[in-house]
Amino acid sequence: MKLKGWKEVTPGAVVTEGGSALKFKTGSWRAFRPRWIEENCIQCLFCWIYCPDMAVKVKDGKMTEFDYDYCKGCGICALECPGKKGNKAIIMEEEGK
Amino acid sequence: MAKVVAATGNEAVADALRQVNPDVSSAYPITPATDIMQRFTSFVSNGKVKTEMILVESEHSAMSGCIGASAAGGRVMTATSSQGLALMWEELFIASGTRLPIVMALVNRALSAPLNIHGDHSDGMGARDCGWIQLWSENGQEAYDNTIQAFRIAEHMDIRLPAMVCLDGFIISHSIERIEYLDDAAVKNFVREFRQLYPLLDMEHPVSYGPLILPDYYMEFRRAQAEVMTKVPKVVLDVAKDFEKISGRKYGLFETYRLDDAEVALVILNSAAGTSKDVIDSFREKGIKAGLLKPRLYRPFPYEEVGNALKNLKAVCVLDRADAFGGSYGPMFADIAASLYPYRERPLLINKIYGLGGRDYMPSHAELVLNELVEIAKTGKAKTLKEYIGVRE
Ligand code: SF4
Ligand code: SF4
Repeated sequence: MKLKGWKEVTPGAVVTEGGSALKFKTGSWRAFRPRWIEENCIQCLFCWIYCPDMAVKVKDGKMTEFDYDYCKGCGICALECPGKKGNKAIIMEEEGK
Repeated sequence: MAKVVAATGNEAVADALRQVNPDVSSAYPITPATDIMQRFTSFVSNGKVKTEMILVESEHSAMSGCIGASAAGGRVMTATSSQGLALMWEELFIASGTRLPIVMALVNRALSAPLNIHGDHSDGMGARDCGWIQLWSENGQEAYDNTIQAFRIAEHMDIRLPAMVCLDGFIISHSIERIEYLDDAAVKNFVREFRQLYPLLDMEHPVSYGPLILPDYYMEFRRAQAEVMTKVPKVVLDVAKDFEKISGRKYGLFETYRLDDAEVALVILNSAAGTSKDVIDSFREKGIKAGLLKPRLYRPFPYEEVGNALKNLKAVCVLDRADAFGGSYGPMFADIAASLYPYRERPLLINKIYGLGGRDYMPSHAELVLNELVEIAKTGKAKTLKEYIGVRE
């Protein structure tokens, strides 16, 4: 992609199109990766609500997987996940292990 | 019909703001600016303006509120002084970098420590390079006129930058002078409707403010911002022309006083310029060719025009009401020196620091400096380049 020159950038760095975060993959920032343990999942969708990006994929009203192109490994989903009977349905694992 | 009143500088600024009737104001009180917002909040309570008034817990929040409201699409203003401005520091850059035309009255006051509530320019000078437009005002009339013009300058579609209107704490903010007010309708007509370029509340055209800009683009945004600054002087002059039509009062980028044929001159900001003009008159009566230059648009600084106005003089003293610590010169001295640098033939320059923390600037100080300049013009030699005046040994 050709980078814009200073005469072409929008004043004040305002982003004038919706959903442009799609163009910016942040998965490489991740040091920890969330792992979904399906049998502990009660489908409350807290992870989907709390995820600051768009890294929790929901299909037909259900959590189905993580999108690792965008998941930056913040761990918020794992923290908020109530799981089943005290067993988390999301755990964070160190990348590269 | 214009109305002549006896009013303080703060009262005049508050009345200008009432006439502009901004959409939102977010403010926190601090001496000596408090009085502006105190008067303005009574206008809000009494239904004289339609402004949404947000009272916050600090200046950091005051400027944050202004930024949010301005991005949302509102015409926004606030007022502050000294430590209040210092606490706004990071937001000042966000307002200018985001190109939000917020207008702020800065009632100049010394910075702590030691704690002092009186007038000097260390607050405004500290914030001179934060990307805001700065208009400085000699008296209540200029503070009133600059406040009204600041909206048109800041909101101009070629500019869209925040603007600060500076006036001297207490000396101007709390002293009563004769001031001419314009008609409410004339001001309303002059400032026009405000239209934000990318209003956050425009649901049809969603936008995001404040993205992360990494090394691949940051410099392009800064370069674009620098370019906008170069367009400000022309807009300031155009707006001044329009303002003259409704007020009869002339404004430029700076004011010159008996400067055309002058050999020695003072460069001085705000209220002390008034005192200096009297002394210059008395020197003229003695046949000494003395003059004065008083900057109005201080940021962006009109280097070329100022250099051109001063280049033929023999000796010039820049009087700074703020010091830049570290053995260097006062802030305005550095700007005047830069204005004159391109000329091979230029006046000898000296720098005096005066009036810190509200210390009176007396006619005798101006006399002392002018006498020194006459001596420098005669001998071609300056003894001390920078010194404090009006200070006890
Ligand atoms: S770790 Fe953070 S970014 Fe990744 S899915 Fe969980 S909440 Fe979203
Ligand atoms: S927060 Fe946990 S339990 Fe709830 S849907 Fe997400 S993974 Fe399942």
